[in-house]
Amino acid sequence: MLRYVFRRLLTAIPTLFLIITISFFLMHIAPGGPFNMERGIPPEIKANIERVFHLDEPVWMQYFRYLGNLAHGDLGPSYILINFSVAELFAQSLPVSIRIGSWAMLLSLVVGSAMGVLAALRHNKFIDFFIVTLATGGSTLPTFVTAPLIQLIFGLTLKWIWIGGWHDGELAAAIGPIVTLALPQLATVARLMRGSMIEALNAHHIRTARAMGLSDFSVVVKHAMRGALLPIVSYAGPAAAGLVTGSIIVETIFQIPGVGRAFIDGALNRDYTLVMGTVILIAVFTILFNFLSDLLYALVDPRVRYD
Amino acid sequence: MKPVLELKNIKVNFDTLDGNVAAVKNANIVVKAGETIAIVGESGSGKSQLMMGAMGLLAANGKAEGEALFGDQNLIGMSKDQLNAIRGEKITMIFQEPMTSLDPLYTIGNQLIEPIRRHTNLDRSAARECALEMLTLVKIKEPERRLRSYPHEMSGGQRQRVMIAMALANNPQLLIADEPTTALDVTVQAEILELMASLQKKMGMAMVFITHDLGIVKRIANRVYVMRKGEVVEEGDTTTVFAKPKHEYTKALLDAEPSGRKSPPSPKAPIILSGSNVRVTFNIGGGFMGSPAIQLKAVDGISLVLKQGQTIGIVGESGSGKSTLARALLRLLPAQGAINFEGRSITDFDKTQMRPLRKQAQIVFQDPFGSLSPRMTVGQIITEGLIVHEPAMTKAARDLRAIQALEEVQIDPTQRNRYPHEFSGGQRQRIAIARAIILKPKLIVLDEPTSALDRQVQKQIVDLLRDLQKANDLSYLFISHDLAVVRAMADFVIVMKDGAMVEQGSVEDIMDHPREQYTRNLMAAAFNG
Ligand SMILES: Nc1ncnc2c1ncn2[C@@H]1O[C@H](COP(=O)(O)OP(=O)(O)O)[C@@H](O)[C@H]1O
Ligand SMILES: [Mg+2]
Repeated sequence: MLRYVFRRLLTAIPTLFLIITISFFLMHIAPGGPFNMERGIPPEIKANIERVFHLDEPVWMQYFRYLGNLAHGDLGPSYILINFSVAELFAQSLPVSIRIGSWAMLLSLVVGSAMGVLAALRHNKFIDFFIVTLATGGSTLPTFVTAPLIQLIFGLTLKWIWIGGWHDGELAAAIGPIVTLALPQLATVARLMRGSMIEALNAHHIRTARAMGLSDFSVVVKHAMRGALLPIVSYAGPAAAGLVTGSIIVETIFQIPGVGRAFIDGALNRDYTLVMGTVILIAVFTILFNFLSDLLYALVDPRVRYD
Repeated sequence: MKPVLELKNIKVNFDTLDGNVAAVKNANIVVKAGETIAIVGESGSGKSQLMMGAMGLLAANGKAEGEALFGDQNLIGMSKDQLNAIRGEKITMIFQEPMTSLDPLYTIGNQLIEPIRRHTNLDRSAARECALEMLTLVKIKEPERRLRSYPHEMSGGQRQRVMIAMALANNPQLLIADEPTTALDVTVQAEILELMASLQKKMGMAMVFITHDLGIVKRIANRVYVMRKGEVVEEGDTTTVFAKPKHEYTKALLDAEPSGRKSPPSPKAPIILSGSNVRVTFNIGGGFMGSPAIQLKAVDGISLVLKQGQTIGIVGESGSGKSTLARALLRLLPAQGAINFEGRSITDFDKTQMRPLRKQAQIVFQDPFGSLSPRMTVGQIITEGLIVHEPAMTKAARDLRAIQALEEVQIDPTQRNRYPHEFSGGQRQRIAIARAIILKPKLIVLDEPTSALDRQVQKQIVDLLRDLQKANDLSYLFISHDLAVVRAMADFVIVMKDGAMVEQGSVEDIMDHPREQYTRNLMAAAFNG
């Protein structure tokens, strides 16, 4: 097991390296740069700035310089928000995204699983059709539709929540983006859980449990649900990585100062270091959460053994 | 004696998309204390659903009606709580699928202890002691360690033992066993049957044994119920029913045991196929990341001589290398050792050299579904080989050969433009045989040709194969794990285990005077020894 953990962490390094290299060169191939927008900067000042940031060097030299800094944990300065380093920007935006993302994940896992189990237990009954319809709707409605709807109903009309802004993470500000983020995940979790629970309830060992006179609680929760959770565990890893590293659409619509917003600002302004930093951040979280979900899977299913 | 369970006018219906399915139409069954009854019948006759219906274990779309009396309580229509006080304590069940009947996510110990604690007021450690005792009783080795094992760490036979331990832990009055040995290898089957019979003596519970195997019925049941199409068509003492069956269906069932023996070919008969010291090794894994390959000896130094008109039966449990040996002899697999066909060494023949011989040596497989292309008509299927091997033949001549071949296997030749799915399992196997004999081969490898069929159909196919052999002086390599069929078909038998030969000899020697313990076990398992 320890060997497995070690090996997984070891293989993560080349993966990360590859991602960094590809995105670095892709970004530099794209036309334009951070300081040649229509900002009207005089050419000699622009040249000065570019020299300071080593943007006048050949791309491969910039690449190795970036790698060198990265090896020391330095993500570099932001080119656009001149007074901030990328690390400082993340120190502000990441907690915001994590907070929204993890609540959204928790909400979708708990409510989605519960809905899925309920539908499976009432398979082909009214409640099942109701939940399936809801879940299908939930996963087809795009976020850019649900977000304005939530703003309109709960913000403008009912005035229960803020329409936008972070307001120090006050519940009335956070709840909108949390629910918007959670809805499609919740729908997916509900559908996954329903399917795997229906399968689990029809398994032969469930028949054994019933034939042995075990209680409904034991049959459903102990023997059916544990196995049915396995697909959810596989799904939750990558999904959580996506949620906690911020959503561009939700953070833009609700004007939340999270990683997604930082990324889109950076990308639009060719803020190389900020974009690279975000790419690395997402990659690290994805690798980490995939790893955690694999570990959790092995914990739930004794047939899976890593060594 | 007082009945433990009395099933009166039981009906089981399923609500399906195609309408109502009446799985059990009207069944009456009585089980008295301490006795063993058997319910026999073909698959689909409603045996399982009858007992599931009585125990409240039907699928969600199923509904049971009638009375299932346990004492003076009716199990049908009882509240779940009342039912759960009886299931697992007074009446328990074990099932056909030992591989999947235990929860893969919990240890054996956990699964044994749970129902004990549910139905008694033993504390955890006392329940654990009880579980341990039960594992010892069902002869699980190292029971202490096995308590901590997961199902996937055990074989099918061991898992079925665990199921028996679980079912008997609370000392039930009735054990319902639904084909508990059907999915197991023959030698394991015999062990499990023996275990169940001895435990029944020891613990004195009554037993309902559901099976389609008459050998098992004869061996363990006091009384037998014969089911067909959802109804009980005959019941009585096992000995009476076997000696004087009343219902036509029962007679047909009993009559379906293959019988007769084949005499050996004349000593002057030419040798068709011989192999000496044939070996087949598979490399498993390996290569990737430099890890060494594991070598699996699928066939380990087997020699045989097959004469014209002879049938060699190759018997052994699944995975013992029977099919691999046959394929190696026909050079369908790379193998070591010397192989001769009609006196010529074919050991080093390449594809082109083998082609004319392919016509001479045909194979018929177990699965008549899988081996016939669903998109071709029967006529196309059986003439396909002719197009390859006799390309000069005219279409009309081919059609004539098709008609002859179908007549030989007793399929109406006017049906040759139909598709395989329009035929029954037995008919499909006849079509597969027609596809082989149309080429007028010298040798046919029959790889479990009757294993997927009901006993009655099986008997017809056996008769057909014997007739074809006589008419055309064919040689057969007959592969089967079913010794009753081998006894009726073969004049010489080779017993295989783990790729090696255990023993060989004439069918009389092997069947009537086996020398090796392994062969004796096989015989005991097959013929209620
Ligand atoms: N859930 C179900 N829905 C519809 N038909 C079913 C269902 N379960 C069993 N059946 C049908 O009931 C009949 C009897 O099945 P069964 O009792 O399992 O036969 P067997 O005698 O082999 O044990 C079969 O025709 C089968 O197709
Ligand atoms: Mg059955």
